[in-house]
Amino acid sequence: MKTLAELSAIRDRMKNKIAVREGSNETRIVVGMATCGIAAGARPVLNAFVEELEKSGLAGEVSVSQTGCIGMCRFEPIVEVMRAGEEKTTYVKMTPEKAREVFEKHIKGGKIVTEYTKAEGLN
Amino acid sequence: MKELSLNILDIAQNSVKARATCVKIEITEDADTLAFAITDNGCGMEKDFLANVTNPFTTTRKTRRVGLGLPFLKMEAEMTGGSFEITSKSEKEYEDHGTRVFASFNKNSIDFIPLGDIVDTICTLIHGSEDIDFEFSHKTEEKEITLSTAEMREMLGEDIPLSSPEVLAWVRDYLTELY
Ligand SMILES: Nc1ncnc2c1ncn2[C@@H]1O[C@H](COP(=O)(O)OP(=O)(O)OP(=O)(O)O)[C@@H](O)[C@H]1O
Ligand SMILES: [Mg+2]
Repeated sequence: MKTLAELSAIRDRMKNKIAVREGSNETRIVVGMATCGIAAGARPVLNAFVEELEKSGLAGEVSVSQTGCIGMCRFEPIVEVMRAGEEKTTYVKMTPEKAREVFEKHIKGGKIVTEYTKAEGLN
Repeated sequence: MKELSLNILDIAQNSVKARATCVKIEITEDADTLAFAITDNGCGMEKDFLANVTNPFTTTRKTRRVGLGLPFLKMEAEMTGGSFEITSKSEKEYEDHGTRVFASFNKNSIDFIPLGDIVDTICTLIHGSEDIDFEFSHKTEEKEITLSTAEMREMLGEDIPLSSPEVLAWVRDYLTELY
């Protein structure tokens, strides 16, 4: 049985890690979560990234955040990836499966998954 | 929307945009009806604006002329034979400003959309707005499930953000187990 009290155990476990974590995010994953994004399936895409981040233990270097309308509603769900020393990558028409693949190959492996990027998705 | 929990996410995001510090999400269900109310203490809306807000040509957004969230929800509720209500007090006129959106659905209608993954919606809200107090409750004939982020914050202390992946994983497991 899960209890609220477990949160204080999480607190104790995380206390030491958190100082390192602040401000050191080198990679940012941003998911468009306006009405158009939500209707197109952005919610499970966002949560797939959050889950992969939790499993990977990379929360110090990588952050996942939400934003409003990115302005290309017909390509939603849209995900932007910003990595240090790299131009912004825009992934379009994302799914949770694609999100997990992007996390594995791009976020962890440093290789952009070009099939899912905007230029390719436009064809 | 494919799931009512997506409408709930969308409507609660309006509360976030309205700079609410407390957002209450209450779902009540019996054999024939599912209803939810989303109540916030955000900036509210003025009378004239409120009167037109369920008409799809109203929005304060700059990127697109048409607001869709509220008109969608109203239509979806009414299509099942349910009802939709919105009340709001603007911060320009009231100390106790805020907005309440209520929608009820007839579960037996062929147009009824299932609630879907409400746990995913709650995780998304906490992830996106860790400083807001979310009070969630889901009452059915058998049980009541509740979660308060203010209570969570008390257990976690000041230093651990609610949006940390570890905390969100806990929220997911905690709620999933209660369901
Ligand atoms: N809880 C709220 N508090 C204050 N104002 C609100 C609230 N909910 C809606 N509004 C106002 O009503 C407008 C219409 O809301 P609606 O959700 O229908 O569309 P939108 O949020 O503008 O755009 P969309 O949801 O399509 O991205 C909003 O732009 C906002 O000005
Ligand atoms: Mg909206």
